[in-house]
Amino acid sequence: MATRTKSGRHGWAAVIRTPLGLSAGLLLLLVLLLAVFAPVLWSHQASAIDTDHLLEGPSASHWLGTDNLGRDIFYRVLVATRQSIALALLATAIAVVTGLLLGTAPAVLGRRAGRLVTAVVNVAVAFPGLLLALFFAVIFGVGAKGAVLAIGFAGAPAFARLTQTLVAGVAARDFVAAARIAGAGRIRLLVRHILPNISEPLVVNATIGAGGALLAFAGLSFLGLGVQPPAYDWGRLMGESLNSIYVHPAAALAPGVAVVISGLAFNLFGEAVAKGLGVESIGVTRYRRCSEDSAQPEAPTSQYVVEDVVLSVRDLRVTFLGPDGPITPVRGVSFTIGHGEAVGVVGESGSGKSLTALAVAQLIEPPGQVSAERLDYLREPLLDTPDADRRQLLGTSFAMVFQDPTTSFNPTKRIGAQLAEGAREHQGLTRQQATTRAIDRLRAVRVPAAERRAGQYPHEFSGGMRQRAMIGMGLMGEPALIVADEPTTALDVTVQRQVLRLLESIRTEDGVALLLISHDITVIGQVCDRVLVMYAGRIVEDLPATALATGARHPYTRALLAAVPDLDTDLEQPLAVIPGRPVDPGRLPSGCAFAARCEFADDRCRTEDPELETQLDEGHRVACWHPQVVELGWPIRMGQR
Amino acid sequence: MTISSSQLRTTGGMATWSTHPWVRFGSRRLARLVISLLALVTASFLMIHLIPGDPVRSALGPAASQSLVEARRESLGLNDPLWVQYWHFLRSLVTGDLGTSITTGLPVSDVIGDRLPATVQLAVAAFVLAVLVSVPTGLVMGVLTRGGRRPRAELSFTSVSVVLAAIPEFLLAVGLVYLFAVKLAWLPVAGRSTPASYVLPVLALAIGPAAVLARICRVELLSVLQTDYLRTARAKRLPAATIYLRHALPNAVTATITLGGLLLGGMVAGTVLVENVFGWPGLGSTIVSSILSKDYPLVQGVVLVYGIGVLLVNLVVDVALALLDPRSTIRES
Repeated sequence: MATRTKSGRHGWAAVIRTPLGLSAGLLLLLVLLLAVFAPVLWSHQASAIDTDHLLEGPSASHWLGTDNLGRDIFYRVLVATRQSIALALLATAIAVVTGLLLGTAPAVLGRRAGRLVTAVVNVAVAFPGLLLALFFAVIFGVGAKGAVLAIGFAGAPAFARLTQTLVAGVAARDFVAAARIAGAGRIRLLVRHILPNISEPLVVNATIGAGGALLAFAGLSFLGLGVQPPAYDWGRLMGESLNSIYVHPAAALAPGVAVVISGLAFNLFGEAVAKGLGVESIGVTRYRRCSEDSAQPEAPTSQYVVEDVVLSVRDLRVTFLGPDGPITPVRGVSFTIGHGEAVGVVGESGSGKSLTALAVAQLIEPPGQVSAERLDYLREPLLDTPDADRRQLLGTSFAMVFQDPTTSFNPTKRIGAQLAEGAREHQGLTRQQATTRAIDRLRAVRVPAAERRAGQYPHEFSGGMRQRAMIGMGLMGEPALIVADEPTTALDVTVQRQVLRLLESIRTEDGVALLLISHDITVIGQVCDRVLVMYAGRIVEDLPATALATGARHPYTRALLAAVPDLDTDLEQPLAVIPGRPVDPGRLPSGCAFAARCEFADDRCRTEDPELETQLDEGHRVACWHPQVVELGWPIRMGQR
Repeated sequence: MTISSSQLRTTGGMATWSTHPWVRFGSRRLARLVISLLALVTASFLMIHLIPGDPVRSALGPAASQSLVEARRESLGLNDPLWVQYWHFLRSLVTGDLGTSITTGLPVSDVIGDRLPATVQLAVAAFVLAVLVSVPTGLVMGVLTRGGRRPRAELSFTSVSVVLAAIPEFLLAVGLVYLFAVKLAWLPVAGRSTPASYVLPVLALAIGPAAVLARICRVELLSVLQTDYLRTARAKRLPAATIYLRHALPNAVTATITLGGLLLGGMVAGTVLVENVFGWPGLGSTIVSSILSKDYPLVQGVVLVYGIGVLLVNLVVDVALALLDPRSTIRES
């Protein structure tokens, strides 16, 4: 069938190959084989009455002893497998079929009738299955037949809900819409296009559901509401022997163990299949072992001198443990930020710019590791400062603004309280003082009606206002540095301008240094004094923002600049892009990481990694064997590969 | 929840009562409760009429004379038209009259009033125990195993909780009886005479849900620890305890409460089985014995009480969620 999804048999076969899937599958097979053959082989032994051996304990002739009629409990448990499993499967079948009918009814019936069915299902789903089973057991009467119907119908609402969800998921897909437009009727649509695509999750859940039905049936039989004598299943065996548990515990425990094992077999197999199929569709991305890390050249030490240094970073590295060994997405980054200076970091996604910011902010969580020859903030070596001192220092003088203001505020706390808590912690303010300060800071970042807004939750703020509140949070102390990680990426263009202007005005008015991370080189050029261009975890060019327009030397920087469309861009032509893809930090080439995408690359570029060195004038560093000195001004040709 | 004046103020003067999120949430939730309640009452009314054959005949047995059956049918009002019976049923429900037990002749409401406290005690004690054990365990495990730390502790925690959660409460009950009452003789096998007799039934009911809750709690905490807002909290350089308790906990428990509510609803039903294992004098033993003796008015009354119990639990859970996570009042539509 054309509309079938592709996971299919391959997924099921893969499940058997996992240890859990294999053992659950074997266990399930054993249980099913017992259900088929045990009554054929042993029903005679199981029903043989031996009045000389009543209620005996385990012995050589009766492994688990005998019941009150002298019948062998071991064989009775084995033989009861068929009754227990068959009834559970029957009940599951009823649950699945009824659930399918109820669940697809909204798709088949009209709008109003469909809503009614959905409402009924919604009400029924709120009640626990056992309660529903008891309810139906009253209607259908005590006994195996009544219990099968009761458990079947009690399980139906859950399957109906599942079916509804699955159908809704598939019905929204393109091929169903196409079939609908092609004039397929509701029933045809359902049978030909929707059902085949939801069959797999349904089967998986039915397997898990069978485990649940088995337990439920054991429960009903245990209560005396299910299988009636002389027939017996595991629940019945347990119920009958509970009264003699003092003299004969094995008789009560053995059927219980059988129930748990079989229930687990169904459950685990279903879960393993579900997991197997799920993993199959998601796909696992694995990091390869990174190339020789020790071969990395030492980071250059030449720095142009800034009188009042806020942040000084030398040879900063961030390492994570990948599944195939450590990977180092930030490899030896060195820079300084002066008092009141605005430094931009630009690069594609995956260039390590955000990790650099997080490492500077001491926000890399283990298993990530940060190392640096030097990481000084306000002359304090952050990596060697005791935790409490470091928290106090950063808590009062270091501000962080994150990319997505929607997710960066705690949804369960009021904005004012979120601003205030840092000040209470580090500045020793009372709740009252901190709240007053928070309102004042909200006003400072131009949040209107600050007092009322402070009492609101994040979801009551607009995106731009949330980002301003985030900046206000950074201003609760006396920040010397604001690190803003893509602060405008999640905002729309007009709001972007407001937020950038706010950052600029804070910088000029309060002399706060700014480290602005962005993938947008124009934003950086507008706001910053200096630009660090990052590629594959290293700085490839460090240049004054004024030189950006004409003096960029590194081919990557020039490519970034060329990719920016402006008013003169011919919209008839395809937009300029940088060919190739960013380097996977787990698979770094031996030479310059950009060589594969660079039109000027030669053999040296592919074997030797260039160092970041001062070029021509102070304050301009480039890591390139072939720095381009031609003035920008005529269109840059991009490498064609 | 009382709506405090500050909350009204913060949403602004322009918000009238009808547009206030709490009012909208309350009315919507109330409507859902009323609909579910009506469905429950109707279902329990129809239950008796859906039984094939004559419920009175099957309750009194084949030996009963036709005149006795007729007289009983007349006294139960079963000869009236269905809608008249429904109306009578609703009317007497409002006055708290649930009919008369066929087997004992006692008012059903008296039997329920007599039995309900034992069941409620059992369910509440088990729920409190499950929450008190599982939430701290799950959170501590989450903190200890965050970011792939201590893989061995994680493996043993996961496998123990999976196995415990897979054992149904009545099997657990039988196992506990065997171990603690028969083998070790530390605790009574059955009954509700001493405080010690509470231990095993409460444990049997609490262990499974506690295992599930602890697992969910850990997973939730791990996902909360990954969120941007927790990074923000770290960026504020708050102490670890503040970050976990003030920022992570309220967000991690929302899903835990949703699931906890389902489990509590399940616990209400689980009491039926556990009570029967321990001969606990609650509603659970009553419903089973009354189903077996076909005492339908009593069954009807107990089913109603169980159903209302579940609906109340769901209501409490929704309100608790709304208090903890203010978005949930807005999110649902």
